[in-house]
Amino acid sequence: MEIILAIVIGVLYAGGLYMMKRRSIVKLVIGLALLGHAANLLIFTMGRLVRGRPPIIPTGAGQLQAPFADPLPQALILTAIVIGFGIQAFAIVLIKRAYQTVGTDDLDDMKATDGI
Amino acid sequence: MSIVLACLSGFALAVASPWLYRLARGATGWLLALFPAGLFLYFSSFLGTCIAGNAVYTAYPWIPTLGIDLAFFIDGLSLLFALIITGIGALVILYAGEYLHGHPHLGRFYAIILTFMASMLGVVMAGNLITMFIFWELTSISSFLLIGFDHQREQSRAAALQALLVTGAGGLAMLAGLLLIGQANGTFALPHLLSQGGAVRQHPLYLPILLLILLGAFTKSAQVPFHFWLPGAMEAPTPVSAYLHSATMVKAGVYLLVRLGPVLGGTEAWHYLVTTAGAVTMVIGAVLALWQTDLKRILAYSTVSTLGTLVLLIGLDTSLSIKAAMVFLLVHALYKGALFLVAGAVDHAAGSRDITQLGGLARAMPITATAAVLAALSMAGFPPMLGFINKELLYEAKLQAPRASELITTLGILANVALVGVAGIVGVKPFFSKRHTTLQHAHEVAPALWIGPLVLAGWGLFNGLWPDVLVNPLITAAVNAVQPEITSVELKLWHGINPVFGLSVITVIAGVGLFLSHDLWFRENWRAWLLQTTSRISPQRLYELGLVGLNKLARAQTRLLQNGYLRYYLLTIVATTIGLVGYTLFMPGLPTVTTESKLDILVHEGVIAGIIILATIMAVTTRSRLAAIAAMGTVGYGVALLYILFSAPDLAMTQFAIETLTVILFVLVIYRLPRFALLSSTPARIRDALVALLAGGMMSLLVLAAVAGPFQSHLAPYFAAHSLDLAKGRNVVNVILVDFRGFDTLGEITVLSVAALGIFALLKLRKEH
Repeated sequence: MEIILAIVIGVLYAGGLYMMKRRSIVKLVIGLALLGHAANLLIFTMGRLVRGRPPIIPTGAGQLQAPFADPLPQALILTAIVIGFGIQAFAIVLIKRAYQTVGTDDLDDMKATDGI
Repeated sequence: MSIVLACLSGFALAVASPWLYRLARGATGWLLALFPAGLFLYFSSFLGTCIAGNAVYTAYPWIPTLGIDLAFFIDGLSLLFALIITGIGALVILYAGEYLHGHPHLGRFYAIILTFMASMLGVVMAGNLITMFIFWELTSISSFLLIGFDHQREQSRAAALQALLVTGAGGLAMLAGLLLIGQANGTFALPHLLSQGGAVRQHPLYLPILLLILLGAFTKSAQVPFHFWLPGAMEAPTPVSAYLHSATMVKAGVYLLVRLGPVLGGTEAWHYLVTTAGAVTMVIGAVLALWQTDLKRILAYSTVSTLGTLVLLIGLDTSLSIKAAMVFLLVHALYKGALFLVAGAVDHAAGSRDITQLGGLARAMPITATAAVLAALSMAGFPPMLGFINKELLYEAKLQAPRASELITTLGILANVALVGVAGIVGVKPFFSKRHTTLQHAHEVAPALWIGPLVLAGWGLFNGLWPDVLVNPLITAAVNAVQPEITSVELKLWHGINPVFGLSVITVIAGVGLFLSHDLWFRENWRAWLLQTTSRISPQRLYELGLVGLNKLARAQTRLLQNGYLRYYLLTIVATTIGLVGYTLFMPGLPTVTTESKLDILVHEGVIAGIIILATIMAVTTRSRLAAIAAMGTVGYGVALLYILFSAPDLAMTQFAIETLTVILFVLVIYRLPRFALLSSTPARIRDALVALLAGGMMSLLVLAAVAGPFQSHLAPYFAAHSLDLAKGRNVVNVILVDFRGFDTLGEITVLSVAALGIFALLKLRKEH
């Protein structure tokens, strides 16, 4: 399964980087989202893939019994997802406001923050 | 302890001096001069110890793991320098109080010059190479501040920067050399180094070490071709020129060479490099001094010549030459310090430093004139001045040079004849030649301005007559520190009629002749032409061109790297990452990528992965904004499904919730934005696509390489075992977030709050009209 995920991660990285290099600022934000997914999946795969053994201690047991999915990458990714959302939301509102003020979504034309 | 206090108390006084100036005003110079005078007496008390051939060493651990101590070391050599620094320091501070009387930044001046004095004491008393380097750099910095003291004048600032860059670059080279010496010997401590010098000379890196150290010494002591910063430094107020750029700081390079002579010297490379640099500098400095018109620049070039002579003597490395160097060091500090101070007094009283404008001042300024003549006599080497004894010694050392003694003696005569002429031009001509009409208002200066030069010049006369007082013991101690086999130095005024005396007579006669015929040799037009030509071929031009080139290079690389286009920054970052990671991936030693057991793909997993891939391609290629957002949402949901399948229900829930919110937010905003347009050109898109695919492919390989090896987490078992008993939670991921790594989550919440505040501001705040 790792091979498939490796390809998925590669495609997400390629797509994200390509979109981030576009001149349209909207595409840049979409690229940022794709890159976020790519990085999260990368960390996830690094902790190895385990099917159907979530790191939750069953009632009655005192601790997790192996095999179980590594909880640490999951905790890191959870933080990353939430922070990623904060950045996304801020970026979306920022580009809206920037477009209202500057009148363009072309990064090359955004030379000043005062309206045209 | 008291040595440390003596060295470092200057810094404390420097900080306090501007306040003291506010309280004491005009008396500050007299008060502050007491401090170096006190230090002078304190250091004199070491004379007995040093003559006996002993040294005092105190060290405090500073960075013990690196062998760096705050260490101080006094032997005869340090003592000679320390007495010059404190003795002349007292006179110069006294002088400066009057010279800069009423200057709005006089308090600041005292602070910097005291900082310099403490740093310079640190250089000559440092017992550890790194300690020495730090004080060395402090002298460069205080020199920079003093040259640029009149910071409103552009020439001052340019000269200050030039001096800093030249000596700073040399200082860096020297640091590298000092570190290598430390590595070769395993210690930075001076006493240990001096007792086991052979290690560096045997070291395979001996030549690089020598060159680096010489670069530091030669830039600081203004050897050709680095000499040009010293005449430039004459932009500084005159007391500074007298103190830093004649008596003390420029001798730091000489000190370094003498100090490290036992460690680095005695080889052919040392001999040839040091002797050649010194000889060339000696002649060029003396000749260039002849056609200058500004008193201070004449003195500066003659100082360059003196520094060359000192370096030459160190390169000769005979016991005679070291003795001559020590005496010359002292004599030069006395007469050149006096002449500089006289030049300042003349400038003060007559309003000019141009020798073509000065003349006949002796009647108006009898005391200054006396000091000037005495100093000039010492400089020219007339008996019974100390300068005469010194000149005899110089010739003796040159005649007994181990190699090429005829050439060296001839060059020495040449330089000395020129310097006798120069002595007349600066010490006699302004006072005795025909009085110029513009000088009607010239008057004798205040005592603070003539005490210094008179004491220094008078000392030269006194010690010429009675060298036993202070000079003989001091020189004995200094020479003994460098050459332990010499235990007594007896300087005498009269040596009888011998070849050396003959050379002295010839020099004086030729020099006086040169002085008397000076106006004939250097007529106005010819002098102007010479000045222009020598400045055109000076290494200073190279320095200026280098500075311009450096700025051009900086601008070019800024245009290239900081071009203001995000995509080019990204391109640079991604290309660099591909290069570095790709190189590492294909290095031997990494686990090879295997496909074993990685291919157990279930159908539904394959379908989800396929959907993510297709949705990504869709998001990238579509021309419709809504389709792009929908595709992005599909990618997010696909990733959430993968989280479910591989045992991460918390991630899946979060991802579903957040993806939904993001899509809604995007859709709300997207219709207020313009449609997608094809903004980039086709070649640009192809290039970006290629780079992106390359980066993506490399990340795929990276994942495979990373999962190829076995994986042993040390943290997972801990969390698995303790999540319930320590944190009372069964969902281990949640426990990590809110308990084990609770502060991370606090940070995360903070980020979200800040983002929310930012969004609120962006939506609500409007420009007020």
